Amino acid sequence: MSGVQVTEQTIKELSDVAQLAVELAKRAGADHAEVLVRDGSELTAKIRLGEPELVQEAGSRALGLRVLKDGKRAVTYTSDLRREALEALCAETVTLADFAERDEFALPPDPSLLAKSYPELDLYDPRVAEVDAAWALKQAIAGEAAARKHDARVTNSEGATWSRVLGATAFATSGGFVGGYRGSYASLVVEPLCDDMTDPTNPKKRNGYWWTASRFLAELDDAEKVGIEAARRTAATLGSRKVETQECAIVFDPEVARGIVGTIFSVANGSSFWRKSSYLVGKEGELVASPLVTITDDPLIPRAPGSKPFDGDGLPTRKNGVIDKGVLGPVLCDVYSARKLGRESTGSAGRGIGGNPGPTTSNLVMQAGTMKRDELLRETKRGLYVTSLMGFGFNPVTGDFSRGAQGFWIEGGELTFPVSEITIAANFDEILKRIDAVADDLELRSSTAAPTFRVSHMTLAGTSR
Amino acid sequence: MTSTTTLPAALRAPFAAGGPNAIDAALANKLLALALDAGGDYADIYFEFRVSADYALEEEQIRTLGRGITLGLGVRVTKGDATGYAYCEDLAWEKMAHAAKTAGQIAVGGGHKPVGIGNILSVPTPSFYAVPTPSLVVPAQDKLALLRAADKAARAFDPRIVKVEASFAESIKEVLLFTSDGRMATDVQPLMRFGVRAVAEDGPKRQSGSGGGGGRYGLDYFADAKRDAAAHGREAARVAVAMLDARDAPAGEMPVVLGPGDSGILLHEAVGHGLEADFNRKETSNYSGQMGKNVASPLCTVVDDATIANSRGAMNVDDEGYAGQRNVLIENGVLVGYMHDRLSAKHYGIKPTGNGRRESFRSMPLPRMTNTSMLGGKDNPDDIIKSVKKGIYAKRFSGGQVNISNGDFLFSLTESYLIEDGKLTAPLKGVNLIGNGPEVLRRVDMLGSDFELSDGIWTCGKDGQSVPVNVGTPTVRISSITVGGTQA
Repeated sequence: MSGVQVTEQTIKELSDVAQLAVELAKRAGADHAEVLVRDGSELTAKIRLGEPELVQEAGSRALGLRVLKDGKRAVTYTSDLRREALEALCAETVTLADFAERDEFALPPDPSLLAKSYPELDLYDPRVAEVDAAWALKQAIAGEAAARKHDARVTNSEGATWSRVLGATAFATSGGFVGGYRGSYASLVVEPLCDDMTDPTNPKKRNGYWWTASRFLAELDDAEKVGIEAARRTAATLGSRKVETQECAIVFDPEVARGIVGTIFSVANGSSFWRKSSYLVGKEGELVASPLVTITDDPLIPRAPGSKPFDGDGLPTRKNGVIDKGVLGPVLCDVYSARKLGRESTGSAGRGIGGNPGPTTSNLVMQAGTMKRDELLRETKRGLYVTSLMGFGFNPVTGDFSRGAQGFWIEGGELTFPVSEITIAANFDEILKRIDAVADDLELRSSTAAPTFRVSHMTLAGTSR
Repeated sequence: MTSTTTLPAALRAPFAAGGPNAIDAALANKLLALALDAGGDYADIYFEFRVSADYALEEEQIRTLGRGITLGLGVRVTKGDATGYAYCEDLAWEKMAHAAKTAGQIAVGGGHKPVGIGNILSVPTPSFYAVPTPSLVVPAQDKLALLRAADKAARAFDPRIVKVEASFAESIKEVLLFTSDGRMATDVQPLMRFGVRAVAEDGPKRQSGSGGGGGRYGLDYFADAKRDAAAHGREAARVAVAMLDARDAPAGEMPVVLGPGDSGILLHEAVGHGLEADFNRKETSNYSGQMGKNVASPLCTVVDDATIANSRGAMNVDDEGYAGQRNVLIENGVLVGYMHDRLSAKHYGIKPTGNGRRESFRSMPLPRMTNTSMLGGKDNPDDIIKSVKKGIYAKRFSGGQVNISNGDFLFSLTESYLIEDGKLTAPLKGVNLIGNGPEVLRRVDMLGSDFELSDGIWTCGKDGQSVPVNVGTPTVRISSITVGGTQA
C-alpha cells in the first residue's frame, strides 16, 4: 500500500502548486494572496456483529485561495489543480473581491513576523499508511468481539470502526511564507449496545463507546482493551433513571471535562473578543476561574494530536497560557483579530480550505491536579458524576449554560446508580469559579484534554420534588 | 430537466449530456462492470457537481465573498449487507476505474458469481423545485443589497441594537446516478439560505437574536414581504430586544407548549431519527420491533414528505435514484412506516421510500429525513396557551440532539416565555428541554389547527454527514417535560 504514503515529495509538490497559485493571483491583480493546499487520504473499515459493513478508501486534493485587494477580501476553493483552472480561479477571485468593502484591518501580516523556519514535530507515522483494509477490519472485529465476550449483557452492537487519515498541507503567501508538513492519525472506536428491560413496559436500548487514537500505530491501545472498556461503560448504564431536581456537586469525567475546556476557548479568543460575543470581554488579567485551573495551548508537543509547526497566517506557533491559576491570560488571536484588538497575534490562526483565518486551538490542555480520582469521589458526599453531555445550551454572550447529562449518582463518596434524562445548569462564570477539586488523571488522548474535576454545585433538573 | 436549460455553462456539470466530459450509459456500464468484477451484487456510481457562493456582512460592511466548486464521483458496491465505497475528484478514465475497482474489493473472497448489468433506463423524476432563475446567475450586487437591507432594518428596529451580522449562502448541485440494476437518474438541486444575527445592549445586559430562512428557491423567495430581507432583519432584532428582559428559567417537570413551525425540530429529534430504518434493521433504535404498535398519543400523525415544493428538504429524486415521496410514519399514534434507503428496504422486503441521501459524493447513502412534520389538529392555539397554569411556551430553537438507542433527546430554546395562569409573561434565558422521545410523544394532549412549516434553516447531521432538512408542526401541548433551568 505504498501508494498512499505521504512523502517529502508530496509536500514539495503541494508547496509548488501553492506558490504557483500565489503567483497567478498576483498576476491577476491581487495585492496579496494566500494559498492553502491539502492532499489527504482516508481508510474507514467498519464491522458490525463480526461482519464487514463498510470499507471506504479514497484520496482527495483541494486548494483554497484568499486574496486581498485594496483591503477587500474574497475566498474561493477548487479541487481542480490544473494550471488553466487555477488561472481562471485567480481571475474570478480578484473580481469577487471588488464586490467587498474596504476593511482597514484586513492587511497581510507584517513579513518580519512570518515563520522563517519551523520545527519538525514528528507528526507522521509511515506504519499508519501501511495498514490495509483487511488488517483494519481485523482490528475492528477484535474490538467488538472483546466487548461482546466481556459482558453477556452486551446483546447487540452498533459496530466497531478502525479508520485512518493521512494528509499533507502546504501554505504559501505573497508575503514570502512557504511551508508544508504531513500528518497521520489512526483510531478505533467500539460501540456496544445493551437491551435494558429494567422497566418491562418501556424497554430501552443503552449504547456506549470507547476509543483509542494516535498519530502513531504503536501508540494505539490494544483492540481487546478498547472493546472491554466499551462494554464496561455501556453495561454500567443499564437501569439509568432520572433523579430529583436539586442543587448538587457535579464531577466531570475527562471525556466531558475536555468539552468544558473547549467551551472556555469559545469565549477566550480574539474573534469572540472583538465581536464582544463573550462574557469574558474585559477580564484579561482577572480571576475568571478557581485558582485550581491552569490551561495552556501548546502546538509544539512532538507527536501530539493537535500539534502544528506554523499557523494559518504563516506565523511561528508557540505555547500560550490561556488561564494561569484562575487568571485569564491574553486571549488566543490570529493576525486579523489581534489587529481588531490593537495587539499582536499569538500565532493561533487556524484556516480551512474555503474560509478566512480565525483563532483556533492546538493542544488545549487543562493541567492535572494532585488528587487521585478515587480520592476526589470519596470526598464527594452527594452529586452527579457526568460521563456524557448532550445538546448546545451555551450562550457565550451571557455565559448561561444548560446541557443534557448522563452519568452516575454519587452518594457517600461512592458511585451508586446510573442517571440519565436530566440537565445540569449554571452560569459559566460560576461553574469555573466553583471548581474545587482537580484529579491527576490527565491523558493527552485528544487535542483538547482535561483531568477529572469537580464543580461544588450546579442546578440539576430532573423529576419534580 | 427544464430547469437546467437556462443555466450558463459555468454552472453546468461537465459530466452532463453535452458537457465536456459527458458520461453516457455505455461508459457508466463499463465502470459498473469493473466495480462488480470482484463479485459484488450491486453497484452504483454517483456523479456530483456543486457550485456554491457565500456573502457576509458585518459591522455594516460587506466583509467576505466566497465561491467554491466541487466535482467528483462516488462508487458504491454492496455484497449482502457490506458496502465498499471509493471516490475520486477527477473524470479521467483511469481515476474513475481505480475508484470502481477499489470499491469492488469489498466482495473479494465472497465467491465470484457474475451479476449482469441492467439495460440502463432513465428514471422519470418529478419537479418540486424548478427554479427559473437560480440565484447564482444573478449579479452579486443584488445579493449584497439584501444583506444591507437586513442590516438596516435590524438597526432601525430599536436603538438598543448594537451589532448586526447578515449572510447569504447559495448553491446548485447537479447529480447523475447510474446503477447496476439498470437505472439512471439526474437532478439539479438549488439551495439558498439567508441568515441575520442581531445583538442588543441595554446597560450591562446583552442578548442576541437570529432570523433567517430559505429553501430550494431563487431570489423570488424574497418577493413575499413576510420573509423579505428586512423582515428577517427585524425578526433577529425583535428576539434580541425581547431577550434583554429574560429571567432565569425554572428547573423541573412542567407542561410545555410548543409554538408552530420551528418546534418541528423537537419532532425531528424525538421521533424522526428513531424511525430511520437503518437503526431498526440493526435493532439499535428504541422503535425497533414497534411497527403497528401505539408509539405516540392518538393525536399524533407524523409524515416525512420530500414533495413539498421548494422546501429545504425537498428531493425530486434521492441519492440512490428513487423518486422523492410522501411517507406516513405515525398515523393517529400508531407506527406505520420507517424511512428507508436501498439496503434497509431490501432487508424489510419493501419498496425504497426515497430517503436514501448522502452529503456528497464522498459519502455512502443513509436513510435520512427530508421535510418532517406533525400534522395539525383541532385546537385553537390560544386555547392551548390558556389551558396552562404554570409552564413554558417555546418559540425559537438553536438545535437539538437525540440518543437513538434510549430515545433521550434534548433541544435548546433561544426564545421562550413563562406561562402563568394561561398568559405568556416573562421571557426566559436560553434553556434546554430534555425528554424521552416515545414518552414525550405519548404526552401530547392538545394539538393546534395552525400547522406551519419552518422557514428553511435546518441542517441535520448523522454519521458525520450533513444534509438540508425542514420541519413543521402546529402548536402542541406536552403535558409534562423536564425544563433544564437554574431555578430549582
